[in-house]
Amino acid sequence: MSRKTPSSRSARRRSHAPVFAALGDRTRLALVAKLSSGENYSISQLTEGSRLTRQAITKHLRVLEHAGMVRCMRRGRESLFAFNPEPLQEAKNYLESVSEQWDQSLARLKMFVEEEKPN
Amino acid sequence: MTDRIEKRIEIKAPVSRVWRALTDYREFGEWFRVKLEGPFVVGQTTRGQITYPGYEHVKWEALVQAMEPERLFSFTWPLIKSVDPANYSADYSTAPRTLVEFRLEKNATGTLLTLTESGFENIAADWRLEAFRRNDGGWTEQMKNIEGYVAKNS
Repeated sequence: MSRKTPSSRSARRRSHAPVFAALGDRTRLALVAKLSSGENYSISQLTEGSRLTRQAITKHLRVLEHAGMVRCMRRGRESLFAFNPEPLQEAKNYLESVSEQWDQSLARLKMFVEEEKPN
Repeated sequence: MTDRIEKRIEIKAPVSRVWRALTDYREFGEWFRVKLEGPFVVGQTTRGQITYPGYEHVKWEALVQAMEPERLFSFTWPLIKSVDPANYSADYSTAPRTLVEFRLEKNATGTLLTLTESGFENIAADWRLEAFRRNDGGWTEQMKNIEGYVAKNS
């Protein structure tokens, strides 16, 4: 009954937190939108059309990388970034579960209020 | 993709009636399936015990943030790491919390209720999200889906 001992399954399971936190930023959302096309991009390509510096974009990419949403690969002297959809899908599934729970609670509330017989 | 949940539901009853169902602790307990020990008071924690069959060991608590009559009722509550009796801990002191807001508006049907839950970015990295507060068939099914998904993709 220890919180500190994850089962092998939970150890493999990625946390949703960095995903939600990582997406709480407009620049990162825009980066994810661009990367989710499936193509690999260099930092220069990702900086293009942005008002931010290379350094700033790199920082945002590291946050996404930490959340497992972006993979960084080396090609010669260049770093290429690729999108990894898994954590986002997992986080989405999780929110959908909470969402469904609310659907059921609110349906019970609606029934509770509407089916009440007036005195 | 957003880190918040938003639900809108129309209820065929006056705003005052829905407000009471939300903020009277006994009425809240009826539909939410929790036996609460006392009323909701802004700035205070209301505690209770889940009444949903199979989850009666789970404690419920919420810290009331706002009660603006017939407009807004909000509270924060802890994310419960596991409701599985073998792993359950009733100590929520270090649990991350999300914010739940109920907003009420009068409309042609009666009441438009908007529910939001936000703050999921507070979930700490080592948390198992295997289970969560009250539970029921739909949730269990969903969890199986997630576990299946995770097993396939890890």
